[in-house]
Amino acid sequence: MIELTDVQKRFGGNRVLQGVNLSIASGTSMVIIGGSGTGKSVLLKCILGLVRPDSGTITLDGQDVTSGDRDAFLARFGMLFQGGALFDSLRVWENVAFRLVRGAKALPKAQAREVAVEKLRRVGLKPEVADLFPAELSGGMQKRVGLARAIAAEPEIIFFDEPTTGLDPIMAGVINDLIREIVVEMGATAMTITHDMSSVRAIADNVAMLHGGVIRWTGPVGEMDATPDAYVQQFIHGRADGPIESVR
Amino acid sequence: MISTTLGSLGRPVLQAIAAVGRVALFAAQVLGHLLRPPFYLRELGVSLLQIGWFSLPVVGLTAIFTGGALALQIYAGGSRFNAESVVPSIVAIGMTRELGPVLGGLMVAARVASSIAAEIGTMKVTEQIDALVTLSTNPLKYLAVPRVVAATLAMPVLVATGDAIGIMGGWLVGTTRLDFNSAAYLKNTVDFLQGWDVGSGLVKGAVFGFIVALMGCYHGMNSARGAQGVGAATKSAVVSASVLILAANYVLTEVFFSS
Repeated sequence: MIELTDVQKRFGGNRVLQGVNLSIASGTSMVIIGGSGTGKSVLLKCILGLVRPDSGTITLDGQDVTSGDRDAFLARFGMLFQGGALFDSLRVWENVAFRLVRGAKALPKAQAREVAVEKLRRVGLKPEVADLFPAELSGGMQKRVGLARAIAAEPEIIFFDEPTTGLDPIMAGVINDLIREIVVEMGATAMTITHDMSSVRAIADNVAMLHGGVIRWTGPVGEMDATPDAYVQQFIHGRADGPIESVR
Repeated sequence: MISTTLGSLGRPVLQAIAAVGRVALFAAQVLGHLLRPPFYLRELGVSLLQIGWFSLPVVGLTAIFTGGALALQIYAGGSRFNAESVVPSIVAIGMTRELGPVLGGLMVAARVASSIAAEIGTMKVTEQIDALVTLSTNPLKYLAVPRVVAATLAMPVLVATGDAIGIMGGWLVGTTRLDFNSAAYLKNTVDFLQGWDVGSGLVKGAVFGFIVALMGCYHGMNSARGAQGVGAATKSAVVSASVLILAANYVLTEVFFSS
């Protein structure tokens, strides 16, 4: 269970998070929606400790994420970054196996490569891709490699930061299906940030809408369409008119 | 009025002091990680290759032209006092004590500090550094430490190579343009040169290598977002490394030779 209580974060005079309260039950898939610049990525980075909140608490299974063994904490997570964030200087398989060849439980190189090739296969990439460099791949392939890296160590919790941004609708659908399959198959807790409504419907068990620095609405994805919340309705239907200013 | 003037004078001073403090803390963090595992030997090997081996052509070309020009200048200057014979010894001392390490350091600063800052800055803006953290890898240890160690080890070798090539540049000009006897030129060089002339240059080289990589890593890690941010980080890395090399050269020369 990931629990955020009154999390606040400001950058200079910009109060990005103004008291976020949110619970994500273990083994469920939570999707955070909201407009660009509303602090979705900041929220995710606060949980991972990449950004330090100004106030509030974030707990994982009851333990404050800022205390305890940081490596052990991070070992429970996998993350797919928006742009893939693949390491340019490493081959694809080395990117996927990055965590596997390091640390106390490091695998021998050959074995790590086998695992990497298997994870690449899991995301629909052929073994030949393993020896390429990231710059030799298309955007969709890079996203898949990023996904393979996120699941390589079979983490308990996986974060997806705008997994379908910049992809064509077919590739976006492929990535959405992959994420859903992998989360169900691994029994992982997932947290996804997106403003792509087709991703929301494909990936989510629960949805939370972040607006104005707070969670505006949260509930099961099945109840999202029926909610009377004007913010959610404007967002999911992509209307220019409504309480959310279209020019920000 | 007075407070505004004092404020405008004090602000840049405070900013400069804060910047020095941040660089010092960064350097202390890098040094603090030197002896603590994990050690990234593969990254160290790659950095040695990129910083050391691939800098050889630019350092060699700089040295050979500098050695040749130095021989011509010393000959022209020395002829005013009928002291043309000092060319081999002054070329050797000039190259080993000063021009080898300083010009080598500046050329490596231009080539390496810029490339390190651009690479790490790009990694920052494309979230690769965040990715390293989520993969339980300390970016400072993985990115900065191997580069700083590699530059500190590689620069003395580059300086020694540059010294030799520079002296040969002087010999080439001396024997082909200034009518020096080849064997006499080389004997004069070897007889006159002392171990500390070369050793002090190598120590300078190690210090300059440390400065170059440290500035590249520091500015890369603190790069602002976007192409403009990476560009500014790259420029700052080269400028700060170059200025620090010249300042450190003065301090080291004072320490080594002032007595």
